[in-house]
Amino acid sequence: MRIAVASGKGGTGKTTVATSLALTAGKSIRFLDCDVEAPNAALFLNPVLENRKEVGILLPVVNESLCTHCGKCAEVCEFHAIAVIGKKILVFPELCHGCGSCTLVCPEKAISERLDVMGVLEGGMTATGVDFTQGVMNIGEPMAVPIIRQLKKWTPANPTAIEIRDAPPGASCPVVETMRGADFILLVTEPTPFGLHDLKQVVAIARELGIPAGVVINRDGIGDNAVEAYCYENELPILMRIPMERRFAEAIACGKTLVEAAPEYRPAFQVLLKNITARAAA
Amino acid sequence: MKQLIILSGKGGTGKTSVTATFAHLAAQSGLTDQVILADADVDAANLELVLQPRLMEQQDFKGGKVAVINQNTCASCGDCQAVCRFDAINYTDGLYVIDPIACDGCAACVYQCPSQSITMCEQMAGKFYFSESRYGPLYHANLFPGQANSGKLVTLVKQRARLQALDENRELVIVDGPPGIGCPVISAVSGTTLALIVTEPTVAGVHDMHRVLQTVQHFGVRALVCINKADIYPAGSDEIETFCRARGIETVGRIPFDLTVTSAMVVGKAVTDFRPQAPSSLAIVAVWEKVIHSLLESKK
Repeated sequence: MRIAVASGKGGTGKTTVATSLALTAGKSIRFLDCDVEAPNAALFLNPVLENRKEVGILLPVVNESLCTHCGKCAEVCEFHAIAVIGKKILVFPELCHGCGSCTLVCPEKAISERLDVMGVLEGGMTATGVDFTQGVMNIGEPMAVPIIRQLKKWTPANPTAIEIRDAPPGASCPVVETMRGADFILLVTEPTPFGLHDLKQVVAIARELGIPAGVVINRDGIGDNAVEAYCYENELPILMRIPMERRFAEAIACGKTLVEAAPEYRPAFQVLLKNITARAAA
Repeated sequence: MKQLIILSGKGGTGKTSVTATFAHLAAQSGLTDQVILADADVDAANLELVLQPRLMEQQDFKGGKVAVINQNTCASCGDCQAVCRFDAINYTDGLYVIDPIACDGCAACVYQCPSQSITMCEQMAGKFYFSESRYGPLYHANLFPGQANSGKLVTLVKQRARLQALDENRELVIVDGPPGIGCPVISAVSGTTLALIVTEPTVAGVHDMHRVLQTVQHFGVRALVCINKADIYPAGSDEIETFCRARGIETVGRIPFDLTVTSAMVVGKAVTDFRPQAPSSLAIVAVWEKVIHSLLESKK
């Protein structure tokens, strides 16, 4: 079973919930930190990162001796990443999406491809036996999606394992890529106007993808009741509430997971997982 | 005209609350009618929730195109699926169907289809807005859930804000940035004078502050750092200040953890407007004064 943990708004507690779920879910846990721009789960799970792979997209390389400057490559490129000017051919790596259209249409087979490294995948086990992987995007790179896509495929999926994907904030393409193929989407929010506004955005994605979803209200007790009202109106189950307690914030600040700081929450996370499993199967 | 951007790397450190408070302080100070506001977090746009502006203008934002298969002429050969690198073409119930959410809009399938059954269709990807708020004009947007091209929409929001500032000889554009370090952040940072990084003294906040600092440096923008929720983990706040000092980055204040900020958000006000004497209000006023001083020193 694959669970994607998302939120819309940043800092609502995605990583807090995802890591504590991983530590209480029993054996065979795969953890994917899909927030490749700001990956934080390793700071809490402390895996020994032994495996590493550079990833990115495939950029075209034109063999000038075969090229007849017919311009077919530039014609099919939707992103204007390749141009033919007279007898010169130019590739603009920052515009290229690595789709391979130019390579496929070149009548002279003059285009080959090389990997443009955008980041790395790293993986290893944690002390408690969580099979951990994360993507880390290089500074200055714009595109997170190719890294997330390859992270999901990096290690062979184990059908009996529980896979937990920690999503990036927001509601654009990197979040969609994290959610795609998941069996359940766990939405972590806080009961504030910002939390609610951004929750609605990710609920819309979950609905469009047709994946069942449930809500965890973190920092319960602050803000207002609008998140709760929205969940009832939209038939979104509230699966867990974590109260606002300063001791949680302090423990998480220095790198402790919630269930380490508050072991009394372990049973609640086990119930949460049972609930998710039942809802994903329904 | 100068542009100040508020960033963080990690989400939820308080970018928008600080931006809204700056907007209120600017409107009250000698910068009345000198400031334009821009919300560059287009997929989780929250500044309007505090500013509660009056909408003046809206425009559709067309994103990229997506491929669509004409099932009447499709021969179900599967060539399209074979060339798609975005896993966007699914084979279900004997039909090849394009998942518009996964489609990158590259059109590779269009050129491979032997029966010319695939065309590219433009998509409505979001809305662009111009509003008037009680703290000044606001440019903002809403990227529809799951859409790509957030960088393009951020660029549109910033361009329009900048144009009004230039037309009316206004001194400052304040940009509320998105979290992360990727495409929308890069678009938001472009052309700015100064970045204020709002961090928090948590392992995650510090880790992501390093990444966003490297990103703004990569694009040649000077950065200041302020520490929000500073008293949650005072040792962490000390560490951030030591780290910044060693790298010649100025830290411009500590803001205490204060639920008054949340209460202000609930009633749609900047915290300095809601409770001027709250500990967080006083701290943000001090940060604002340092930021303005630093901006005035900037040449650009």
